[in-house]
Amino acid sequence: MAEWSGYLELILQGALVTLQLTFLGMVVALIMAFAGGLGRLSRQWWVRWLATGYIEFFRGTSVFVQLFWAYFVLPLLGFPLSPLQAGVLALGLNVGAYGAEVVRGAIQSVPKEQYEACTALNLTSWQRMRHVILPQAFVLMLPTFGNNAIELLKGTAVVSLISLSDMTFQAQIVRAQTGETAMPFLTILVLYFAISTVISTAIRGLERHLSRGLDGTRS
Amino acid sequence: MEWDWAFAVKIVPALLDGVVITIEATLLGSVVAMAMGMLFAILRRSRNIFVSAPVGLIVDFIRGTPLLVQLYFLFYILPDIGLVLSPLVAGVIGLGLHYGTYTAEVYRAGIDNVPSGQWEAAKAANLTVPQTWCYIILPQAIPPMIPALANYLVSMFKETPLLAAITVLELMNQARSVANFHYRYLEPMTLVGVFFLVISVISVVLLRRLEARFKPEV
Repeated sequence: MAEWSGYLELILQGALVTLQLTFLGMVVALIMAFAGGLGRLSRQWWVRWLATGYIEFFRGTSVFVQLFWAYFVLPLLGFPLSPLQAGVLALGLNVGAYGAEVVRGAIQSVPKEQYEACTALNLTSWQRMRHVILPQAFVLMLPTFGNNAIELLKGTAVVSLISLSDMTFQAQIVRAQTGETAMPFLTILVLYFAISTVISTAIRGLERHLSRGLDGTRS
Repeated sequence: MEWDWAFAVKIVPALLDGVVITIEATLLGSVVAMAMGMLFAILRRSRNIFVSAPVGLIVDFIRGTPLLVQLYFLFYILPDIGLVLSPLVAGVIGLGLHYGTYTAEVYRAGIDNVPSGQWEAAKAANLTVPQTWCYIILPQAIPPMIPALANYLVSMFKETPLLAAITVLELMNQARSVANFHYRYLEPMTLVGVFFLVISVISVVLLRRLEARFKPEV
């Protein structure tokens, strides 16, 4: 049993890497989701075109292909990336592409009268977005963002394949060293489930917090 | 590193072998997913809490954990209890179970959308429970679900590269072995991306047509 606690420590070290990847990936994904989603609604045709290209490319190809491409091919083109950088980049850009569609959908579902009211109040387009449209649209985005965040967490397991020592990688090491299979894998399954439960609970709490006072605006 | 057309053309046949396995795994996996999803959805609706609660927990657990780890679990642990699966079979079961938890949600929404009057009418006509499901509820519930189900099929297709981790020789694994053999990564990895993009674009076009065909009549 004493031995096992040492292995557990190894797995927990991996859990830290998994959390780090999830967090950094979420930051990249959030930025890209807003850039892509707002870009698709832009009035400039070339911005729309660029955003659509980004979204369709990253949604159309598999995240694993993107990860392997970032890790094996980008260095050959002169952009050497560490496994962590490749992982954050591939996961963030991939999940961001899915998030961009959520951002676009949520913004488009804000009723037209809200825009007209902003024009009537003489708000600039920045003020309109910042104070009127986004606060209402953001609440609509949250549930899907929560699902996306869990997809991202689940996606991080794949970076173990490019030798980044996340939770899955560490479990494989424990398996290789002890020959024990059930223990390491069950442990990490439970840990992954715990993290995803925390994420979904946090998002639900945030949703409740942000939708306070918005009840009257939605029909 | 320069793009080498001769090399790219040379490796296409090996990659196409991988495409065949990838498509095979996707199709078999979706059959399992459709069946498992139906099972999950029906059990979760059970009025017996000792059935619905554990099934609900299992579904949430499978949805909240990575497919890769589940594949390792099936591939490494089942042999310990005397059940040796070929990599492809383990992969198909893993994909099917994982996506079954997603299709279960689709089924649930579809079944909930059947008006309750239909249930009552079935009861009034003295139909048995299996008859109610087979002749009344499912024929109305399934057509509107088809686009959403097809959507998950496309996502599953994009997750098949995971099977490489349990030694299935699908597209990604073929590309890696070709790349390692020739020590050239640019062409194989890029071609894999192109293959995925082409197949997804085709499937998105098909998906749009499905959506148009099965659009719920309002």
